[in-house]
Amino acid sequence: MASVSAGGGGSSSKILSSRVVVTGFLLVFLTYSLLPLFYLIVSATKDGSSLFSSFGLWFSSFDLFANLQAVFTYDGGVFVNWLLNTPYYSVISAVGAAFAATIAGYSFAKFRFRGRTLLFAVILGAIMVPPTALVIPTYLLLSKVALINTPFAVILPSLISPFGVYLIRVYAEQSVPDDLLDAARVDGAGEFRVFWSVALRVLAPGFVTVLLLSFVTSWNNYFLPLVVLNDPNLYPLTVGLASWNDLASGGGGAQNLYPLVITGALVSILPIIVSFLFLQRYWQGGLTFGSLKD
Amino acid sequence: MVTQGARSTKEGGERSDVSGSSRRRRQAVIPYLFLAPFLILFATFLILPLAYALVISVFADRLVGGNVFVGFENYTQALGDPAFWDGVRRMIYFGIFQVPVMLGLALVFALLLDSGAAWFTTVFRLGFFIPYAVPSVVAALIWGYLYGPTFGPFSQIADYLGLQAPAFLSDAWMLPSIANIVTWEFTGYNMIIMYAALQAVPREVRDARAVDGAKPWQIALYIRIPLIFPAILLTGVFSIIGTFQLFNEPRILQASAPGVITNGYTPNLYAYSLAFVNQEYNYSAAVSFALGAVVVVFSYVFMLVTNRREVGA
Repeated sequence: MASVSAGGGGSSSKILSSRVVVTGFLLVFLTYSLLPLFYLIVSATKDGSSLFSSFGLWFSSFDLFANLQAVFTYDGGVFVNWLLNTPYYSVISAVGAAFAATIAGYSFAKFRFRGRTLLFAVILGAIMVPPTALVIPTYLLLSKVALINTPFAVILPSLISPFGVYLIRVYAEQSVPDDLLDAARVDGAGEFRVFWSVALRVLAPGFVTVLLLSFVTSWNNYFLPLVVLNDPNLYPLTVGLASWNDLASGGGGAQNLYPLVITGALVSILPIIVSFLFLQRYWQGGLTFGSLKD
Repeated sequence: MVTQGARSTKEGGERSDVSGSSRRRRQAVIPYLFLAPFLILFATFLILPLAYALVISVFADRLVGGNVFVGFENYTQALGDPAFWDGVRRMIYFGIFQVPVMLGLALVFALLLDSGAAWFTTVFRLGFFIPYAVPSVVAALIWGYLYGPTFGPFSQIADYLGLQAPAFLSDAWMLPSIANIVTWEFTGYNMIIMYAALQAVPREVRDARAVDGAKPWQIALYIRIPLIFPAILLTGVFSIIGTFQLFNEPRILQASAPGVITNGYTPNLYAYSLAFVNQEYNYSAAVSFALGAVVVVFSYVFMLVTNRREVGA
C-alpha cells in the first residue's frame, strides 16, 4: 500500500497523486464486483445461438424481450409462480422474524426476570449454529406433521432470528431511555401499549435492520426450500433457477434453457438490488453489530 | 445497562401499588409474554431439530431389528470415513487461502474508504456491497457461465490472444474457482462491517495521532485496526463458520462439473447426499454433528490465537 503512505507527506501534489492511485486501485475492484452483473445483463439480451457464438462481454443479437417472454411462459409460466413465491415467503418470514426478535430483544433490554442471563446465553450460542445443520432434522420433523411441500415448511423455520434478538437488545439498551417508558407508564399505559406506541417508534431503525437481514436471508435461501419442497409450483427463484440450470447442463437437448436461466437470474436479482441501494443506510446500521447510532 | 433495566421495572412496580399484588404478578409475567413468540419458534425450529438430530444420530437402520440404538457407532464411522475427512480437509485448505485474502481486501478497502483517500467513496462502498445482494445460487450460476471452457468470456479472450485459459471447472482449478465466487460475494459485506466499525470510532480518537506527523499506514496499523479489532474478529469467526458450511456454490457448479464435484466435495454436500440420495438419515445427522464439532474447534482456536495476539500488541 505505497499509495497510502505516500499521502502522509503533506504536499498537495503528493496527496493528489496518492488519491489517483487509490481511486484507480478501488476502480479495479469495482470492475471485478460489477463485471459478472454486466455479463448477466449482456447475456440476457442474446438468443441461444449468439450466447455461445458471440463475445460474452459485449452485445450481439438483441433478444431480451423474446427471452423475457420465454422465461415467463416456459413450462406453463412456472417462473411467475417462483417470482411470486419468493417475496411471499420472504416478506412473511422477515416481518414475523423482525417482530418476534424486536419484542424479545426489548424484553431482554428493559426487564429483569428470572432466567434472563441463561436464556440470552442460549440465544447467543444459537447464532453460531450453522443453519444448514438444522435443515435435515427440520425436514424429518416437518414430514412427521405433513407440512412438507407447503409454504409453511419454508416460512416457519425462517421466523427465528437469534442475531436479531441480540441486535435489538443492544439497540434498545442504547437508544430507548427508561424515562420515556416511565412517562408512558405514569400516563397509565400498560406494558404492551408502552412497547407498541412508545418503544417501537424508537426501535424502528433496529427493526428495519432485522427486517432486511431476515428478508435477504430468506430471499437467498436455497438449502431449506430445496429440501422441503418438491412441487415446482412452490419453488422460490433460487431453487427454480437451479433446477433449470440442472436441466440445461444435463444435456438431452435442454441447452435452449441457458438463455432462460440467465434472463431469469437477471429478473430475480433486480428487486433485491434496487432495495439494497435504497435502503443501504439501514444495512450499514445493522452491520455495525449493535454499535448503531444515528 | 442491566441496572437501568432493573430500575425501570422496579419503578413500574411501585407505581402500580394501587391495584396491589395481582397487578404486580401480571407485571412479572410481562417479560415472558414478550419473549414468548420468539421462544416458542426458537424451541420448535432450533432446539427441537437439534435435539432430534442428536437422538437419530445414535440410532441406525438395520436389516434385522429395524431402527436400533447403536450409541456412538455412527460417530466412530464418521471419524473413520475418508469421504468426510476429504471434505473437511478441502475446506481447511480453502479457508486458509480464501479467508485471509477476502478479509485482507475488505480491511484495506474499509480503511481506504474511511480515510477518504479516494474520490467517489460512496460509489465504491455501494458497488462493492452489491454482490452481497445477489443470491449465492445466482452468483454461482453467473460465475459458472463465466468459467465456461467454450463460451465463457475468459476463454474467449484467451483464445483471441492465442493463450490457453485455465480450465476453471477442472479438478485442479475448482477450489480456487469456488474461492473466487465466495470472495466476490462477501468481500463487500465484510468491508461494510469493518467500515461501519471504523465510522463508529469518534473522530477525535481517530485523528489523535495524525497531528503528530505519523504516516497514514502507521495510524492504520497502530490505531485504527486495533480499534476495530472486535469487528475483524467477528468477520473471521463468521467466515470460518461459512467456509465449513459451503454448499450452494459447489451444488450449483456440480451441474456443469459432476465428475469434479463429487457428493463428498464439501462436508455439507456429503451430509445432504447421505440424507437425500442414500436415505441414510441417521448417519447424515452424525456427520452434521461431527462437522459442527470441527467448526467449534476451529472457531475456538481462531479466537484463542487472535486474542493472544491482541494482548501481545
